[in-house]
Amino acid sequence: MNGLKQHYAKIIVWAILLTIPYWFTYIGGYLGLANEIVIYALAAMALNFLLGFTGVLSFGHAAFFGLGAYGTALTIKFLVPSTLVGLAVGVLTATVAGMVIGALIIKRRGVYFAMATIAFGQLFFFIANRWNSVTGGDDGVGNWHRMPINLGFTTIPLFHNSLVYYYFTLLLFALAVGAMGLLLDGPFGRSLMAIRENERRARFLGINIELHVWISFVISTAICGLAGGMLALLDNFVNPRDLRFDLSGVLVVMAVMGGMRSFWGPLLGAAIFQWLREVLSSHTPNWQTYIGIVFVLVVLFFRRGILGFKLSTVKS
Amino acid sequence: MAQLLLFDISNGLITGAFYALMALGLSMILNLSGVINFAHGGFLTLGAYFAYVLQQKIGFFGALLIAPMITALLGLLVERVLIRPLYGRDPLYSLLLTFGLAFILVDGVRIIWGPGSPPYQVPEWLTSPLSSTYFFLTGYRVFMVVLVVTAVAALFYVLNYTKLGLRIRAGTKDLETLSTLGVNTRILRNLNFGLGIYLAGLAGALAAGFLGLSPALGTALLMPSFVAIIIGGLGSLLGTLLGGLLIGVAVGLTTVFYPAASEAVIYVMLGLVLVLRPRGLLGEEGRLH
Amino acid sequence: MSVNNGFKLPRRKLLQGGAVLAAAQIASPFVMTARAADTVKFGWDNPLTGVYAEPGKNELIGAQLAIAQINAKGGILGRQAELVVQDSTSGDAGVAVQVARKMIDQDKVNFLIGNVNSALAIGMAQVANEKSVLMMDPGGHSDTITGATCHWNVFRICNTTQTEANAIAPTLIKDYGKKWYYITPDYAFGHALEAGMIKACAALGGTRIGGDLTPLGTSDYSAYLIKAEAAKPDVLIFLTQGTDMINALKQAVQFGLDKKMHLAGAQQELEALEGLPPEARVGNWVMEWYYKQPNVPHVADFNKLIMAKSGKVPTARTWFGYAGIWSCALAANGAKSLDAVKMAKALQGMHLPPEIALCPDGAFFRAGQNQLIANLYVGKALHTGKDGPDDLFDVTDVVKGTAVAGTLAETGCKMTWPA
Repeated sequence: MNGLKQHYAKIIVWAILLTIPYWFTYIGGYLGLANEIVIYALAAMALNFLLGFTGVLSFGHAAFFGLGAYGTALTIKFLVPSTLVGLAVGVLTATVAGMVIGALIIKRRGVYFAMATIAFGQLFFFIANRWNSVTGGDDGVGNWHRMPINLGFTTIPLFHNSLVYYYFTLLLFALAVGAMGLLLDGPFGRSLMAIRENERRARFLGINIELHVWISFVISTAICGLAGGMLALLDNFVNPRDLRFDLSGVLVVMAVMGGMRSFWGPLLGAAIFQWLREVLSSHTPNWQTYIGIVFVLVVLFFRRGILGFKLSTVKS
Repeated sequence: MAQLLLFDISNGLITGAFYALMALGLSMILNLSGVINFAHGGFLTLGAYFAYVLQQKIGFFGALLIAPMITALLGLLVERVLIRPLYGRDPLYSLLLTFGLAFILVDGVRIIWGPGSPPYQVPEWLTSPLSSTYFFLTGYRVFMVVLVVTAVAALFYVLNYTKLGLRIRAGTKDLETLSTLGVNTRILRNLNFGLGIYLAGLAGALAAGFLGLSPALGTALLMPSFVAIIIGGLGSLLGTLLGGLLIGVAVGLTTVFYPAASEAVIYVMLGLVLVLRPRGLLGEEGRLH
Repeated sequence: MSVNNGFKLPRRKLLQGGAVLAAAQIASPFVMTARAADTVKFGWDNPLTGVYAEPGKNELIGAQLAIAQINAKGGILGRQAELVVQDSTSGDAGVAVQVARKMIDQDKVNFLIGNVNSALAIGMAQVANEKSVLMMDPGGHSDTITGATCHWNVFRICNTTQTEANAIAPTLIKDYGKKWYYITPDYAFGHALEAGMIKACAALGGTRIGGDLTPLGTSDYSAYLIKAEAAKPDVLIFLTQGTDMINALKQAVQFGLDKKMHLAGAQQELEALEGLPPEARVGNWVMEWYYKQPNVPHVADFNKLIMAKSGKVPTARTWFGYAGIWSCALAANGAKSLDAVKMAKALQGMHLPPEIALCPDGAFFRAGQNQLIANLYVGKALHTGKDGPDDLFDVTDVVKGTAVAGTLAETGCKMTWPA
């Protein structure tokens, strides 16, 4: 990674994210969309921790996103009316599920790993969709909302002020992304990238492949769960579509579109994807066809993602 | 109760045979080309709607014959134009591409034929049950099972006794060696993909009368097919067949005893297989790791 | 590109050009919205894709006709009416809620309209109430919307499931028997309708001897039907809707169950009957509106306008959309204001004029519940059309809404108005 460029990229990204609520409407956006972008970007970056930096394809990450969302929503609705406790339970739920499923499939690779993650993802979808007494089934979990956070000396008005909630998600985004960045810059991250480049060689170097992939999987699912919890809090609502395989595919597309090998790529991918979906679905009932075409075009022409594409043209 | 159980297992086998037909095509494509064809359900839906259109012009049996072929032709084209450039790349790309293609096919069907369910006419002599006691054995469902058995038998014949079949099977084991032996693997993969899509089209044409038309017809059948493949064992078509039947019975039985879990049950089975016998029931050791 | 060997455009230029073009295309609609800022806006947050695309489309056709008529008659408070349409999807409440937020905050809609799917309607109602925007639910039936979780600003055209159950239950008990078995779709609407049917059935001495919840979008009903057959009910009740109704009923008839027991249900729609093969158009049902009402004034004109617009006869859905938009316009003109509270007050007890009510006994919004009370049409499905291919329902009994809607206390609606 070329340090200086990386440094500038970071400054630009943060400048945009911090100021976007104040100018987004002038280009046709709105705060809710910006907030969704930040949340899906976090989920896509979490997925990319596994996909782009460990070289393992999970096509079932929506399950963990949804588990985070459901954990958060159900906790706030039935157990403890606290935003932070809800989020913590959501992340914990996703993490535990990630640990168990990761342990079951960690020896598989490639196609088999992808298929197993798809299938396990669907297991959670059907549990959420049919276990009416707990999850509300197809109707989802409504009639609850995110709670203000009481700091003792003052209260953060998360619920009534969407702008405050945006900065709250941005703070969590920063913490999670910072943690992933630190891990990737350290020895653990170098081991992961060694596995990505050549698994056999990494094994000869004495890296415990299974353990590393498992840890990477668990970190990825935990952060995905956090993003899911944040979306639940944004909508004050969850439903089974939050963990269906469509969303898994969308997260992968965000990562690939922005550039898998780039740390910030999935953020760009998420921004473009959410923007496109918003514009298309408000202009044509056929928007799903166009989304499908975007998938195909990304695969055929942007194999290295938009950031990766740019990098290669600069070099040549 | 015993009768209900018997009925349900037989009924499960019928639906299972149908899953198997869909899963076999998916499995063939996966085995030879390493492509997880997410658009398989979309092709199935297309097959069903082609049959619907043709049926009005050339009748039920004509449609059943021609619709899968048209679907297969489309499959050949898709493979040639969209999927071929992706061979040799990470399976991620073909997965994503077919995922997007599934969106296009399903939404395209909605745009062309509308979101509703046009009525699909099955010949009258096939629509009634064979006997009042075994009321779930309608003429159409028996016909369907016979056709599925014939199709599977024909498939296994082609794979075992024709040159194309031998090459496909050899390619499944070691495509590189086959290529150095002078076999044109591009054409082989193309034909194999077409054959797989033919099975999807056939399943679709049958589903039109069995389940009914709707743009989402194939999407709901895709996931059980994945599970059938993994349970049966990657690389084994016989395993896929077995997996499909097992799933059909499992879903049928759960519907009787614990209906809320009738969809989740196959994923629980999948989990058990992954823990107890990771290579699947009939899968080969060490394949696709 | 490669064909053009002599003249090669630099790739970057090309990309830039493409980006500018794309940006222009994306930007232009917003310019249009800005120009039309002085219109009265209806935010249409209803399904265009998925399992409810068909009813959603028909509701939209009715709504478009209403908008055109309103504008032809001088608009709302002298301003033109405009429909802002976005796909809510058929099942993703997250999308519906997000779209509702955007329409209110960004597009500044005066009315929020939707949703075919009750679960989505409930989610939207929460947003509309939080933001104090008048919401009209044309076709989402769950009772709580104008019942336990009713809001002062949320109005509904279609009936509650309890009303539908009350309308059909007497016929079924009287003519076909007291033991009922249910095939119920597993979501808010299905649960509510089954509860309503059980209640209406029990009041007349009937019982539920069994039933299954089937997931939305089920295509294979064989296992459920085998169970139902084993239970030997007098009446097999289908509460599924749309494609699910078509698949379930068709497979039941293929199994010959129509010869072993009576097949019936509560809510039936013309869209579903049209999707069934002729032999599977069986059973007794209730429709909430029917196009063949020769003795009711204005219905023929409405049919003609819809035929001219879409080439098909109007269904109950078309009327829902039509009456929903018109009700909003009448509220605004009646209140002489676009203030949500004033409009909501104006709608309390308001009777729709006959050219919009389009039913023999008229239609009005019940005060304190915000629920439209109109006629219901009990009858039988027909194998083939009696008067034309679309006439697939034989109305045997036109029920007065006031007779089956229950009392206001029974609905459980306790409305609180903003101070």
